[in-house]
Amino acid sequence: MTVTCPVQTQVVRFDGIDLDNGARIAPVEAAYESYGTLNAEGSNAILITHAFSGDAHAAGISEETGKPGWWDNSIGPGLAFDTDKYFVFCSNILGGCQGTTGPSSIDPKTGSPWGMSFPAVTVGDMVRLQKMLAEHLGIRQLLAVAGGSMGGMQVLEWAVSYPDSVRAAIVIASTARHSAQQIAFNEVGRQAILADPDWNGGDYYSGNPPARGLAVARMVGHITYMSDGSMREKFGRRRKGKSTTSLDLEPEFEVESYLRYRGHQFVTRFDANSYIYITKAMDTFDLSEGRESLSAAFRDVTTRFLVISFTSDWLYPSYQAQEIVRTLRRRNHDVAYCELPSTYGHDAFLVDIADQTELIRGFLASTAAEIE
Amino acid sequence: MTTTPAALADRSDFAVIGRLVAPGSRVLDLGCGEGELLAWLKQHKNVTARGVEISPTQVRHAIARGVSAFQGDLNEGLADFPDGVFDYVILSQTLQEIRDPVRVIHDMLRVGKHAIVSFPNFGHWHVRRTMLFRGRSPRTRAFPYEWYETPNIHFLSVSDFETLAAQEKFVVEHREFLTGQRRIGLLPNLRAEVAVFLLTR
Repeated sequence: MTVTCPVQTQVVRFDGIDLDNGARIAPVEAAYESYGTLNAEGSNAILITHAFSGDAHAAGISEETGKPGWWDNSIGPGLAFDTDKYFVFCSNILGGCQGTTGPSSIDPKTGSPWGMSFPAVTVGDMVRLQKMLAEHLGIRQLLAVAGGSMGGMQVLEWAVSYPDSVRAAIVIASTARHSAQQIAFNEVGRQAILADPDWNGGDYYSGNPPARGLAVARMVGHITYMSDGSMREKFGRRRKGKSTTSLDLEPEFEVESYLRYRGHQFVTRFDANSYIYITKAMDTFDLSEGRESLSAAFRDVTTRFLVISFTSDWLYPSYQAQEIVRTLRRRNHDVAYCELPSTYGHDAFLVDIADQTELIRGFLASTAAEIE
Repeated sequence: MTTTPAALADRSDFAVIGRLVAPGSRVLDLGCGEGELLAWLKQHKNVTARGVEISPTQVRHAIARGVSAFQGDLNEGLADFPDGVFDYVILSQTLQEIRDPVRVIHDMLRVGKHAIVSFPNFGHWHVRRTMLFRGRSPRTRAFPYEWYETPNIHFLSVSDFETLAAQEKFVVEHREFLTGQRRIGLLPNLRAEVAVFLLTR
């Protein structure tokens, strides 16, 4: 049993950040947490990039909320990202709503929240802010960048944009570009928010947030994160109370009340405008864009790759991971790949972590050994 | 000359392969299992190691060992690999399990300068004796499976492979024959349990 010290989210302010679309956000703040100790050479740093609705609180118990981090089962002493060996840090993404500048932050020009006047941000912009943070922390080269889902997109962007700054890339349950199906689910989420009258064109910070729309968006999201198998196992057709023959719009099945609960819970911690900005950043992300091919994107890459997918993940199916792997292989890059068996769907990288831990631990150890 | 890799003693051909591979070279192991051979080559020969393996469990163990392995099916070929990027491409006791072995060897020689192929010899006298006197599918040290559970789909002898090499114009740079850890000189088609060939184009 290890004693866990409470962790605190830090915020660092930079003069400003230039975005891919030519706009500039000034100043810009990045919220982050760190675990473990940076060694004297600064060679043991690992950046964790979070998924769509994640935040900087990746591990440990938050001093503020008392809650464990979203990847607390994978970051810590003796875990996949072993904080006895590595300095691990995670920051909230640009456009987010958990401490890093986003649409709910105050626009210094107006003194009011940005709302929909916040400039469009890309995965490339998010990674640029992470690079600024890494430099601020005195890290020249990261031992690894690791993340699942949208976190995996950031990892790919790191390897392509800053090849000399990353020794190893761990891409989990992710893709080099969204498919029509992935864009479609995000669009349903966005439309649910836009259809809520409380959304008010994104200007709701002085009134009621579009809670119903955001909750529905989250319910759809949760369905896509699970699998038919995991939902059958978790809920089946179990009912909340007695079954009735009359039409009852109160939650009747357990799966309904679960989704409602997750939807409502999400509203208390997430900003609807961030939902729109971040899902747009995911949908427009395409590693091959502006280049002749995906292969061309990987031309100058020197990073080692570990790519992981899960058998039951139908939101980020294995063929997307395999496209990355095949492209890297054609370029003769160093890539390890494994499709892990799991019934947990897309959520597997957060919950079904035993095999994943074994992979990450060995991959990181062999990367660290190459440096020594 | 390196000593026989003790850690690989359970696979006699590994010791031979360990000696054949030049230090600092680039090696691809097809059907790398849990990466035992590649890990040994990395540690003792400082090779750049890559592996392909179809079993997810074995791939996982290989990666956990620090070997850059990926899950893939050899029957789908090595099409993704560019020409000549490896010094050695190894196919260790897997030739008899793949659908189109001739195409795979040609592909090995396309992506690598050398191919190292090892296989259990179906011409060994234990096999012949079982067939001749018992009229049964052979179960021997090199062929340990019952007929209904064997992964082997081709049964070839040393002579069969020599004929194939001549026919396909594979240049045999070196050949080694083994029974257990012992090298066989005379009458390899009758006496060798396992054959190891070093090929080039």
